[in-house]
Amino acid sequence: MANMSLKKNEMPVQDALKRQSNFSEVALGYTKDMAIDEAQRCLNCKNMPCVKGCPVEIKIPDFIKQIAEGNFEGAYDIIAESSALPAICGRVCPQESQCEKYCVRAIKGESVAIGRLERFVADLHNEKEETSAQKIEKNGYKVAVIGSGPSGLTCAGDLAKMGYEVTVFEALHLAGGVLSYGIPEFRLPKSIVKKEIEGLKALGVKIETNVVVGRTVLIDELLSEEGFSAVYIASGAGLPKFMSIPGEELKGVCSANEFLTRINLMKAYVDGSYTPVKKPRHTVVVGGGNVAMDAARCARRLGSEVTVVYRRTEKELPARLEEIEHAKEEGIEFAFLTNPVEIVGDENGFAKEVKCQLMRLGEPDASGRARPVAIEGSEKIVPADCVIMSLGTSPNPIIKDTTEGLDTTRWGGIIADEESGQTSREGVFAGGDAVTGAATVILAMGAGKKAAAAIDEYVKNKQNK
Amino acid sequence: MYKILTKRELNPTVTLMEIQAPMVSKKAKAGQFVILRSHDDSERIPLTVADYNREKGSVTVIFQVVGAATMLLNELKEGEYISDFVGPLGRATHTEGLKKVAVVGGGVGCAIAYPVAKALSENGCEVHSIVGFRNEELIILKDEFEKVSSKYVLMTDDGSAGEKGLVTDALRALIESGEQYDEVITIGPLVMMKFVCALTKEYGIKTVASMNPVMIDGTGMCGGCRLTVGGKMKFACVDGPEFDGHEIDFDEAIMRSSMYKCEEAAAREKVCNLFKKEAE
Repeated sequence: MANMSLKKNEMPVQDALKRQSNFSEVALGYTKDMAIDEAQRCLNCKNMPCVKGCPVEIKIPDFIKQIAEGNFEGAYDIIAESSALPAICGRVCPQESQCEKYCVRAIKGESVAIGRLERFVADLHNEKEETSAQKIEKNGYKVAVIGSGPSGLTCAGDLAKMGYEVTVFEALHLAGGVLSYGIPEFRLPKSIVKKEIEGLKALGVKIETNVVVGRTVLIDELLSEEGFSAVYIASGAGLPKFMSIPGEELKGVCSANEFLTRINLMKAYVDGSYTPVKKPRHTVVVGGGNVAMDAARCARRLGSEVTVVYRRTEKELPARLEEIEHAKEEGIEFAFLTNPVEIVGDENGFAKEVKCQLMRLGEPDASGRARPVAIEGSEKIVPADCVIMSLGTSPNPIIKDTTEGLDTTRWGGIIADEESGQTSREGVFAGGDAVTGAATVILAMGAGKKAAAAIDEYVKNKQNK
Repeated sequence: MYKILTKRELNPTVTLMEIQAPMVSKKAKAGQFVILRSHDDSERIPLTVADYNREKGSVTVIFQVVGAATMLLNELKEGEYISDFVGPLGRATHTEGLKKVAVVGGGVGCAIAYPVAKALSENGCEVHSIVGFRNEELIILKDEFEKVSSKYVLMTDDGSAGEKGLVTDALRALIESGEQYDEVITIGPLVMMKFVCALTKEYGIKTVASMNPVMIDGTGMCGGCRLTVGGKMKFACVDGPEFDGHEIDFDEAIMRSSMYKCEEAAAREKVCNLFKKEAE
């Protein structure tokens, strides 16, 4: 008999007051009993609506059934068939707008906590599993993957399982892309990212850090003298946007990318780190996405008062609900319908306050969201010695500028077929944020998965010609 | 890991290192830069390519020991390894079509000015090098500059070597004496470059300045290296590091360059104390 409770088993979390001053993980994960209890809420629907909501199509009811029966390793094997990075997805996927959105239990009450169960299974597996090299018969073909973020790693993992010799090129000194430099430790511990990457290496995936494709080596060279049969571009969307308002040049104003990179990649929050980060007193974060929440919560942990300034209302906030709630619990304030028009500095060029204009919601714009309209003559001053711009990012132009015949959109996204990732260049595939612009980890993984299948087909077809 | 093939002290605070990095060496050009980390937990240091040897697969960098990161780098010896070395980043110096150029370098900026002078000279361009240092002890790359320049003017603040005065004095004198330059390329402290650009603007001589702001990734990701050039925001790492000197907002760049002054001083102190303890 299914567990008919209308509510999910709650996720145990670190106390809000305590966690404001540490970078340890906020969500602590289910116990075995909680997981089994939660798994029993699943009705094991025949038509599996949840699977349609998953970009990598994990067989969700199947793995949950294994949990309910106490076979956790069996559950892991089912997830691993579809996802290369389950411990990561269980943490950072927006399940509420994907798998859980379609859960039948959500019609009356809360959906099954699919994400929490996925995380539980992956963590339990990672706890005991020492990754050991796996024997996979090689097929003799080399594929290059550009970027070691979620899309690149997924594509690399799938291709390695098929027998390809995969080399992943990473521009930074550490693999993981946004998982390493962007998402903070308290939301995604770096030990987990490392573990998942070790898992890929055990499949035979080679990761070459410190290589900027387009600078250190060109795509054309990879396809010719370096002997790669195909290339998958998963270079992400790393270029930060600024507002073009007066005062953005002031000291203390930075992009969310810079702030998060200093903290996550360069560990600036750790005592003894050589990378400096300003310890602000009052931080203003401009924007309302997940990255804005991450930046706000990091600033909070550095001891700052934090205000998130967003030009629409709470209802339109693009960040995940859970992140918004966690941020509020940690004492982060929100100024809605507020838009910065100028940053004012002190006599030494440090930011002092943000001059904002109040907004109201007007008619829906092209994106379907209500367009924020400035209220003439309104003004609101928010004190800030640190202003973090979190307005989204666009694809990095280095690859497009150095690869002839690679078509891109007006805003710099690589044009690729949605199903296969095929670009305008033969043998060159692309996916993830480099194609779509900034999106989610799981969508990037989905694209990596499709591209791996398409690359396999491409290489095989070519060989048969 | 990247091996330190040679290490040479050019003056008491400036060190040259030749690093084994075949992939970078294959692509490196004058004007571009690399980012390195000496140890696994070190800062990323952007350094301009001072030289490269494609046969040997090496890239040479020259750095001034100014803060914690460069002190740690300077602790490493020939034959030892540094953790990371990535590049070449940024755009290369534009050398085509130039017939006569004045290269104006200041201090450790001469380490960057030299490969530019060399690249120009190899392209058949006549090079006048004007270099400035605080005093005789700090002079670097004198022989190297002389080899690639038809004129080499050495200036020191205190007159302990060459002529006493500023590089701008020497540049003005040359221009006034009738030298006609297609372009002036200037690399050195921000204040020096600001005044070189102000001077050449008077004479209407196209001037390129090489900028070296705070940066993290070097690929356009962090935006920390942003500058205002011609009223527009530019990233030194991908749009530069060289820009039209008459368009750069130097005052803003000077203001921004002091962003982490306090934090850098604290980090430097920490490393100094560390070294002291080791010595005890």
